[in-house]
This record gives sequence, C-alpha cells and structure tokens, in this order.
Amino acid sequence: MATSDPAADPAALSLRGAGLRFGERTLWSGLDLDVAPGEFVAVLGPNGSGKTTLMRVLLGLLPLSEGTVTVGGHTPRRGSPEIGYVPQQQPLDPDLPLRGRDLVGLGLDGHRFGPGFGRRRERRVRVDRALEQVAGTHYADAPVGRLSGGEQQRLRIAQALVGDPAVLLCDEPLLSLDLSHQRTVTRLIDERRRAAGTAVLFVTHEINPVLPLVDRVLYLVDGRFSIGSTDEVMTSETLSRLYRTEVDVLRVRDRLVVVGAEDAPVTRDAHAEHGAAPVGGGA
Amino acid sequence: MSEFLARILDLSGTGELLTLPFVRNALIACAVLGVVAGLLAPLIVSRGMAFAVHGTAELAFTGAAAGLLLGVAVGFGAVVGAVVAAVIFGILGLRQRERDSAIGVVMAFGLGLGVLFLSLYDGRSANRFGLLTGSIVSVDQQNLVILGVVAVVVLATLAVLYRPLLFASTDPEVALARGVPVRALTLVFGVLIGLVTALAVPIVGAILVLSVLIVPGAAANRVTANPLVATVVAIVIAEVALVGGTILSLAPGLPISAYVATIGFAAYLLCRLVGRLRGRGPARA
Repeated sequence: MATSDPAADPAALSLRGAGLRFGERTLWSGLDLDVAPGEFVAVLGPNGSGKTTLMRVLLGLLPLSEGTVTVGGHTPRRGSPEIGYVPQQQPLDPDLPLRGRDLVGLGLDGHRFGPGFGRRRERRVRVDRALEQVAGTHYADAPVGRLSGGEQQRLRIAQALVGDPAVLLCDEPLLSLDLSHQRTVTRLIDERRRAAGTAVLFVTHEINPVLPLVDRVLYLVDGRFSIGSTDEVMTSETLSRLYRTEVDVLRVRDRLVVVGAEDAPVTRDAHAEHGAAPVGGGA
Repeated sequence: MSEFLARILDLSGTGELLTLPFVRNALIACAVLGVVAGLLAPLIVSRGMAFAVHGTAELAFTGAAAGLLLGVAVGFGAVVGAVVAAVIFGILGLRQRERDSAIGVVMAFGLGLGVLFLSLYDGRSANRFGLLTGSIVSVDQQNLVILGVVAVVVLATLAVLYRPLLFASTDPEVALARGVPVRALTLVFGVLIGLVTALAVPIVGAILVLSVLIVPGAAANRVTANPLVATVVAIVIAEVALVGGTILSLAPGLPISAYVATIGFAAYLLCRLVGRLRGRGPARA
C-alpha cells in the first residue's frame, strides 16, 4: 500500500512529479510538494485551475495521471483516517434530522458499514472531546440546520478533527462567513496544527484572512504553478509570470491586494461551473 | 353532516370483524409495513425524495396493472414495476433538479401504460380500483409471505448500511470526501424504496403511498433532530396510522387509505405544534 518508507519520508503530505490530465487537457504536471507536520500551506489560484481537483487526489477520490502522492506515508484511499476534510459552509435544511454531535460522529465512523453497536462509549468520548476543542459543546444537541453558518463551520472542524488526522484539507472553509466567524475558524485551525502537529492544506481564493498563518503558498494558474513562502510567491513578478499578463501585488497595511489577475466573482458553486469537478458531485 | 360522520366513524361490529382471517392478515401486513416504512421515512425526507417515492408508487401501480392483465400475481408485478422505477430514477439523475424532471417524464409514461393495462383488463372492476386506493382484502397468505421476506431484506440491508446511508443522506459532500460510495448507496436506497412501495401499493393504494413513506418522516423530523429518536417516532406514527386506520375502516367498509392518510395528517399537525412549542418553529433562520 505505502509507496514510500515513512521513516525516510517525514512529510505529512508528499507529491512527487504529480500530474493530472483529463483527456487532452492537462490541469497540472511535474508538481513536487512536501508538507511538514504542523505546516500551513495555502493553495491559491483562479477558478478552474485545479485546486479542488488536487483536493480530490489527496482525498483518494481521483488517481494521479503521473507521479506519486502520499498522505501520512500512505497512498491516500477513500476514507483514509489520516485525512480530515473541512468543506465550504453550505446551507442546511433547518429540519434535517441531525444534531451537532451526530454530524461530528459521522466524521468518525460514518463511512463504516455495519450496525456499530460496539465502542459506543469510546465514540461518545471522542465526539465530546472534538466538540470541546471547537467550543461547540453547548449547541451539540441542537439541529445542525438551525445553527448559524459560523457555528456550523466550527462543527465541521470538529467533524474533521475527531478522527485525529495527520493532514487537514480545507476547501474554502471561510466562504460566506462573516469576519468574526472567519477569525474563529482560522484560530481553531491554527491552534490545532500547533498543538497536534497537523499539517494544513488550505484552499482559498482570498489569502488575507489566513495571511499570518501561512508558511508557504502553492499558486496554480492554468497548469503553471509556483511554490514558496508568501514573500516569494505573492509578488508582482511571480504572479505576472503565472498569469502571463501584468499583475501587481500591493501591500496595504497588513493585507495583500492583487490587481490584474481578474477572477470571476466567486460564488458558492464556483468550482462546479468550471472544468474541475467539485468534491461533492453526487446526490 | 351527522349522518356523514356516523357513516365514516362506525365501530359497530368492529369487534366481530377483527376475528376474520382476512382482517387479521391485513393487520399483520400493516404492522410489518409500518416498521419498514417508519425506518425509511426520515431518510427519504432528509434526501428530499418525496417526489421520487410518488413516482415509484405510480410505476408500482403500472407493474401491478400489467400483472393483473397478464394473469400473474399483482404483488409480483408491483415489486417489478417499483424496483425498475427505482433503478431508472437512480440512473437518470442523482441531482435533485435533474431527478425531478426525469421522474415526471417516466411517471407520466408509466401511468399512461397503467391506464391502458387496466382498460384492457376485463376482470372484476374492484381489482382495478383497489390498485389506486388500496384494499383490505388484497392481503392474502401469499402477499404476507412476500411482505415478510421483503421486510427481512430491508432490515438486514439497513443494519449493514445505515451509518453510511445516514451520512450520505444528511451530509453528502463530506460523505463523498470521506469515501462513502454515495452513488451506489443512492441506487441501493432506491431499490429499498421500490420494495417497500410495492408492498404498500395493494394496502394503501398507489396514490396514497406518500401517506406511509413520507408523512411519518416529515412529522418525526419536526419534533426531534436525533436520527434514532426520529426513526422511532416515525415507526410509531406509521403503526398508529396503518393499524388504527385499518381498524377504523372495518365497520364502515370504506378504503383504509382514507383513514391512514387522515391519521397521518393529524399526526403531522400535532408534531408541527409540538415542534413549535419546543422552539423548533420556523422562527429562527
């Protein structure tokens, strides 16, 4: 199963010569990336540049066309316990028969078959602990569809962390959240990676909310990419090269403003409208 | 008015009727149907599949009508029709919007065929009407055996698949990311719906299958967000509606479906009221 020796490869996540093609179209190729435990990597790029597809590869839902990928020393497969996944906030039906603690519990064993009568006590302990970590205990028994977007996203983080993953994959988790909830969500993710050494891959169209946390940036544009520290990648020179047009990166106080890399307004289903299939394509 | 009420709420002689074998068969069938329908209903409602259930019921009717015409067992025809419908709906589209129009198209054709089959059939007309509105005499020994077998299949399948099914039904995007075979589960769930629908059609009729497969789930989801409690509440409502409806329908000699639908609707209103009193009304967005 493992394609590399974990002892020789301390990275939490590793891509070697990775490439992905759909028929004639190459999304990206020759991608090398090692993410160390506790490292925070922001994945940026315009819609359709293959960010979500990269997520699907790391989740084990899509095989690479070339190269290798390992997460926690293993080739990722469906339901890998090494991976926690935080999606973008979605509107949930207010009458959905699901409580906060059920949502978190499904993150632990929802993918398993069988009645699951055993280990109920251990399950409860783990779910309670994950709820505590996100300060969500007091609404754990409320219907998830009736919680605010911020409260739902906190539960999403608990859902992703309940299985103790080595890598946290976040797919636009701040989208449609207000500023204070964005701060809460980023703080929770930051605390976790510092406390448990969880590597974080954070797909986002907007770097500023996570700027203080970012160790490295992976910027994808039309099959071209650049990997490096924020100061290396988020420059007029690098982005102009990636976009093949004049792009200016300005620092305004402690924010980065990118001018010229015009992107379609990001909507909730921005991914789905482009070539890259969204992670949640079914049902 | 009082004459009308006396006609529909008549319990004289109900005790005697309860001792008849065909009545007992019907009650057993209702009790079994209530359990499986109650188990599925909250999941059906979570998945927004009310229309798919209705479409499946109409195609079960088509299958049953074909069975009637060809002289094979009506129950067998209903099972075939419903399962074929469930698989077609599963293949045609998993996204709700695509699915709804696909169901509309297939259902229209299926109903047309059913009407044709019924018109060509020149046996007893009560048999025809019974498929649409249900009939207590439709449950014979053979149907009971089919019902029992299907109930066991549904229970066994749910015992193995319940957790991933709940995950895929309530949180499909993360379920997919976690490697739950969402698409395959949709097909399996469709087949389960098909089987239970086919069993319900002879009893409550094709046009009122919704009253046992949707109403208990919609009502239960109003009073609790705990999936386990919701399932128990749905089973209780389905049992009360089905068994109670059968008993009430005996003396007046009217179709049980009318009583089942009315009890279910009352239970739904009650659950809405309870939900509102417990602060689960539509107030908080």
